[in-house]
This record gives sequence, C-alpha cells and structure tokens, in this order.
Amino acid sequence: MAATKMAPRSPIARDRLVTAGGLAAIAAAGAIGLVLFPNDLGFLTRVLATALLVLSLDLVTGYCGVATLGHAALFGGGAYASGMLAAHGGIQDPLVLLAAGLAGGLVTGLVSGLVILRATGLPQLVLSIAVVQLASALANKLSGWTGGSDGLSGISPGPLFGRFAFDLWGQTGYLLGVALLLVVFAALRALVLSPFGLLCRGIREDVIRVGALGARVRPALVAMYGISGAVAGLGGALSAVTTGVVGLDSLSFERSASALVMLVFGGAGSLGGALVGTVVFQVFEHAVSAANPFHWLTLVGLLLIAVVLFLPRGLQALPARLAGLVRRRAAPARGGA
Amino acid sequence: MGLALGIATDALAYGMVLYIISIGLSVTMGLMRVINLAHGAFAMIGGYLASWGLQSLGLGYGTAILFAVAGAVLIALPLERFLYRRVYGTHDPLPQVLLTIGITFAIIGIANSLFGPTLKPIPLPEIFRGPVDLGFRTVPAHRLVVIAAGAAVALGLWLLVERTDFGIRLRAAVDDARMASALGIRTDVIYAAAFALSVALGALGGVLGAEILPIEPYYALRYMVTFLVVVSVGGAGSIGGALGAALLLGLVDVTAKYLAPEYGEFFFYLAVIAVVAAFPRGLLGRA
Amino acid sequence: MELLRVEALTLAFGGLRVAREISLALASGDRLALIGPNGAGKTTFVNLVTGQLAPDAGRIVLAGEDVTRMAVAARVRRGLVRTFQISRLFRDMSVRDNVLLAILQREGRTARAIRHAATDRTLVAEADAHLERLGLGEVAGDRVGAIAYGQQRLVEIAIAVALRPKVLLLDEPAAGVSRAEQPRIVAALAALPPDIAVLMIEHDMDLVLRLARRVVVLAAGALVFDGSPEAVVSDPGVRAAYLGSYGT
Repeated sequence: MAATKMAPRSPIARDRLVTAGGLAAIAAAGAIGLVLFPNDLGFLTRVLATALLVLSLDLVTGYCGVATLGHAALFGGGAYASGMLAAHGGIQDPLVLLAAGLAGGLVTGLVSGLVILRATGLPQLVLSIAVVQLASALANKLSGWTGGSDGLSGISPGPLFGRFAFDLWGQTGYLLGVALLLVVFAALRALVLSPFGLLCRGIREDVIRVGALGARVRPALVAMYGISGAVAGLGGALSAVTTGVVGLDSLSFERSASALVMLVFGGAGSLGGALVGTVVFQVFEHAVSAANPFHWLTLVGLLLIAVVLFLPRGLQALPARLAGLVRRRAAPARGGA
Repeated sequence: MGLALGIATDALAYGMVLYIISIGLSVTMGLMRVINLAHGAFAMIGGYLASWGLQSLGLGYGTAILFAVAGAVLIALPLERFLYRRVYGTHDPLPQVLLTIGITFAIIGIANSLFGPTLKPIPLPEIFRGPVDLGFRTVPAHRLVVIAAGAAVALGLWLLVERTDFGIRLRAAVDDARMASALGIRTDVIYAAAFALSVALGALGGVLGAEILPIEPYYALRYMVTFLVVVSVGGAGSIGGALGAALLLGLVDVTAKYLAPEYGEFFFYLAVIAVVAAFPRGLLGRA
Repeated sequence: MELLRVEALTLAFGGLRVAREISLALASGDRLALIGPNGAGKTTFVNLVTGQLAPDAGRIVLAGEDVTRMAVAARVRRGLVRTFQISRLFRDMSVRDNVLLAILQREGRTARAIRHAATDRTLVAEADAHLERLGLGEVAGDRVGAIAYGQQRLVEIAIAVALRPKVLLLDEPAAGVSRAEQPRIVAALAALPPDIAVLMIEHDMDLVLRLARRVVVLAAGALVFDGSPEAVVSDPGVRAAYLGSYGT
C-alpha cells in the first residue's frame, strides 16, 4: 500500500522534461498552423507577436505579482525602435531590426518599471495606465518620427539571412515568429527556474518575507521589468518587421488590457498558461467576430466571466480540474462495488 | 481673461461630471475592495435609458433621469449578488480585473446590438439649453446645472455618511468589515446598498454628463480609465479626495485641451504620475 | 562576545509611547526571553530592532556596527534574523524551495538567472539537512500551504537557521501550535546553534523556563525587569506590571 509511489525524479530533470514538452508543443502547433491554415499566416503571426507580449507580462504579473494595465508600452517601445530604425535609418536586416526592438523594449521596460514600482496596489495599476497613455500621447505628438496617427510605414526588411524574403504569403514571417517563440520560451523557462526566478516568486508571495531573508526587492523587480521589456520589445519588432507598419495601437491601453485578459484567462504565473491563453483567446475572438460581428464582444465578455467563475486559476488549471471531476465521479462507483 | 473664465467654467463642469460618476466607484472600491472596471458601463446604461425614455417613451427630463437611475440599479443588483460578491476583497486583483472587463465587454456588446453604434442624444429641457448671463460673462445653462448637481451630490453624500444611521454602519464596515459583522451589522446588505448607491450615482453622472462625455457603446471602455484614475488619485473611499481629484484632473485636462490640443492626454497623465508619486495613498487616502 | 546592543531605544505613535528608552545587550550563546502583558510593546520592540520601524531616538549596534539607520534586508545580511508570529512562508512553493531560497540569498546567488536553482548540489543538500534535522524530510517536496501548521512553524525555524544568524529574534515561535506539536518546536529551539544569541518573545512561562537562561519583562513600552527565570516570578515589579498597576 505504501510502496506504490514512483521513484522521485530530481527536480531539475522534471523541470527539463516540462520545458522539452513545451518546446515540442510549440513546434507542433507551429507546424499545424503552417499546414492547415496557409491562408491565415498573417493572423497567426500577429498571434505569435502577441504571445511574446503576454509572456513578457507574465514575468512581471504572474511571477512578480505586479498588476499592470500598461504593458503595451514595452511592446510599442520595441515596435517603434525597430520601425524607426528601418524607416529613418534605412536598415533592412531583419535580425538587426529584431535586436533594435529588443533594446528598445529593454529601455522602455526599465523606465516604466522605475515609474510603476514607486507605488503598490491600485495606485500602481493607475501608474501603469498613465505610463502607456503617456507613451501613446507622445508617439502621437512626435509624428515626424513616428508617423503619428497615420502610423509609421516604409519598413521594408530585406530577406532573412539574405535568402528568405518576406513574401505575400507570410511564410517567412510566420516561421521567424515560431522560431523566436521557441527561443524565448526556452530562455524564460530557464529564467523562472533560476535562483533569480525563485526570488521573484518569493516577492510575489510575500514581499516582507523576502526582505526578512535579506533580499533587495526593488532592484530585482526593476531587473525583471527590463527583461520583460526585452521580450515584449521582440514581440513589437516581430510585428513591425512582418507587417511593415507600426501604429499607435501598438502602445495603447486596449492592447495592454487585452494582454492582461489573455494572461489571466490562460493562467498567470505559468508560461504555458500565458501561451495557451493567448492562442485560445485570439482564435476564439477571431472566429467569433467573423461568424457574428454583432454579438462577438458580448460572447467574449461572457467567456471572461465564465473563466473567473469556473476556472479562477485560468485555462492551465483545466486538466487538473477535469481530472478532479472524473475522480469524484468515479469514487462513489468504486465505493459501491 | 475671457479665455481663463471659459476654461474655468468648462473645467469645473467637467470636473463635476467626473466627480458624480467616480464617487460611486470610490465608495465601492474603498468599501468592498473591488477594482470595478465596469463602473463606466453602468454610467453608460444610465445614459442609454435616459435617451430611450426621452425619445421613445416620451418621458420628461426629470422622470427620464429617475427612470435611468432606477433602471441601472435594477440591472446592476443581480450582477452584484451573483458576480461581484465572489471577488470582493480578494487579495489578488487579477480575477476582479478579468471579471469586470468581461462585464464591460458584454454590456458594450449588448448596447451595440440594441441601440446601434451611433451617438445617442439626451435632449435637454428648454430651460437648460440657453446661455445664462452671469453679469461678467455668459455660460451655457447646462454647465451650471452640472456644477450645481455635483455640489449637491457632494453635500448629500456628506450628510448621508456623517449624519445617518446608514452612514455609521457604512463607515464601520469600511473601517473593519469583520468587526462590523461581529457587531451585528449585516455587511452583505450594506454592500448591496452601497453598490446600488454607486451605480445610481454613476447613472446620474452618465445622464447629466452626456453633453461632455457623449453616450455611445464604447463609452464604457473609453472612460473606464479616467474614472479609475480619479478614484486612485483621490484615494479610494474618500469623498473629499475624489472631489479634489476630479476638479484637479478636470482642470488639467480642460486647460491642456484648450492650450495644447496636439498633446492629447499627455498632460493629464503627467499630472496623474506626479500626484501618485507625491501622494501614493491618494490625495486624502487613509494610511 | 557581545553581538547585539540596544541603547535607549524610544518610539512614540502620536502621544502613545510604545518604546521608552529600552536598553539591552545580548552576547554569543545568550538565550533571552522577552515577556510582558498584551500591548506591552514586545512585537514593536522586535520591529524596531529588525528595522521594520524606525526609532525616534536610540541606537542599535550589531556585532560592533551601528545599524540604526540601515534597511531591514541589510541588517539580515549582517546576521540579524527574525521569525514571524504569524507564519510568513512562501505557501505556493515547496518546503525545500522555501529553505533553498534562504540559502541562495545568504550565498548572494539570487542575481543568477540562467541555471536551475537546484544546480548546486551542496546547497540543496544543506537545505535537505536542515529539514531532516527538524523532522521535515518527509514533506520536503510538498507545498508549504498543504502541510500541518506545526510543521509550518518548523519551516519558519529552518529558514531562520539557514540564514546563519548571529542574532535570532523569535516572535512567539510556538504561537497557535497544539500541545501535541509543541515538543517538536521546543526540541528545535533547544537545538539552535549554541554560539548565536537568541531573543524570544513568548507568553508560555512553561516554555520560557525550559528554554531561557535570562528573562526581561516589558510593560507599557519600558523594561521593568532583567534577570533569571527563577527570579522573575517572585519580582514585585513584574507582578505589578502584569496586574496592571504599572505605567500609564
């Protein structure tokens, strides 16, 4: 009775297995998208860029407990950095443009982290909104650089590695996005499992406890904001490179709010949850708005309400929830036998 | 001089609209500790009901306001009972954000399909339409009505909270909900009443402010942030703080839009950051 | 060797004086119990020493260094460690990770962001050894939120020990623990490293008599007794403090 436990695996081996499984799932989903939906690669690439934004948000919200409704500022920072380098600097190498987005996001992340982390609770949430609205107003005002409300155009990246052109079908862009997501996912898995990641989870759970361990909380959070900015910036740059335009919507409150919605929908504090939330939500939204343009927003709203009521820890908790239901169903049957 | 006075009246009127709508949100956020992003949607419901009452049902202006306020409360109370109550005071704000954004989306979608995407006018009665000569200047009568209504709401709330039995119970529940319920105060009834009051004020503000914040389906999303900002800057749960914040931010916003319209909301949010950095707990927030 | 010296520590909230010129010294190996009636200012005193509260006047010297103006975390890094009256643990983490995080922080490794937190086997082994010693080996892989309350109190002690304190402040280490679980807490406290200085807030005189070799009594924010556990029960000043005729 007692000796039926499986031999305990080392935590490192178990975590590696999860990472490998996640990478395999991303690759498989990427291949499915390519084969089954060759006409929707543009939409799917947008989903990938958003996935990077939501992963980035998960780092500060899910792992550090900082609630923010202004995270699109980091995405937009990357998108504009990359877009302006291409449009005004004449740079065409897509990898250089991605690097520019990463750097732009990193800087935006550090700056907005320094502002947002001055407060906690509701004032913090409001500061985060103020940051993204400020960035948006600024981008609108500096229209000479950003194109203002018309958007920034004239981004024409050359072929990837000098060989694969960004064609009309969007295959190159899509595959670039999938590759980027694989790399980012692997890197972020390592990050959240590292000593630094453990510290951040500690900060989310109890700031005072972490201080009583002797840790400096603010520098850790600002550093995480920088990393988060780099990831969101990559997403923004991916969007700029693959669509060829950057609009004010890339750093809007609406994008920030929808990123938070997708994160909580999938399950904050889990990288897999962030990805599943992004994909399911965007596909649902895409399908429902195409099928029923009159009621789609109502349906999206009802979906969110249902998640809060029935899956408070997001979609990532769904398998465990279902297993629990099955077990409860099975239990009385076994008892009766 | 004329410009300054014009800015001042507009700012005061705008600030009062922000106040009437936001004060309800401030009460619920201070009391039930719930971040209610759907508050703007209740103000919008008030606007739609008033417009419908005036244009299709042939109600008078005063009756239409009563109809709008009562209707919004009737719509909101079941939501309070079956949805909001589950997320009151949760340590984690994320479910609150998700739930109330979901409610907002659903209300926008329903409003859009019932009333269409166009602006809904709320025609003013004859006496509010014309200009009023104040001696040194003429201003639209509607602005004066809004300013007076804001002042009346502030005074009425103050009397309610400071002078009535309900106010005593309300303050007890705000200070310490567990203690209050141990003393036999029915906190669930207090919560429902405070929620109804909050929605009623929101709907009233939605109707009175429709000249300044026009009623259309995306109203709920467009001004969601503005109301939240007013509450936070004033300090959740503070009647005086919300008034100060609404007037201050109204002044900043109107002045900036008169003098530097090309900057959009830049100065508004700059002021928000400055105030939050200087007063992290709100202008008159409790420690 | 003197490890902690508190000199004339004073704090008032408005008109209420919650600490009145408290002076106290702790040396290596000391086992001191801080007792006093409810509201005497015991937890306030601990919060002042750890830096959660800033004093109006007075000085705190840790192993020869003035730490009065230092942040909480900086004092911890210098060896001033506390536990909490109501457990503050990372409830969503495993028991092992709670202790491992403390060790990683002590070793200054929490800025490392690439390799797995459990990569250094000596540190993981150390965490497991702390847990074994307190009888928590069985639950090392469990989520803290899922283990018994008495076990959580032991995790609190394991974290404190893992930080290698010079001075350890225990805020009611047995609070809320059932009679049946108490012996394990007592054993854990008796087995603390002998050379560190320990100050313990405790109500239970039984525990105080078993663990402390010196007792100080706080009443209305002031120190009214400093002496042996045997003497404290018969001291008239202490009796007066508990009966409420002192202070105000």
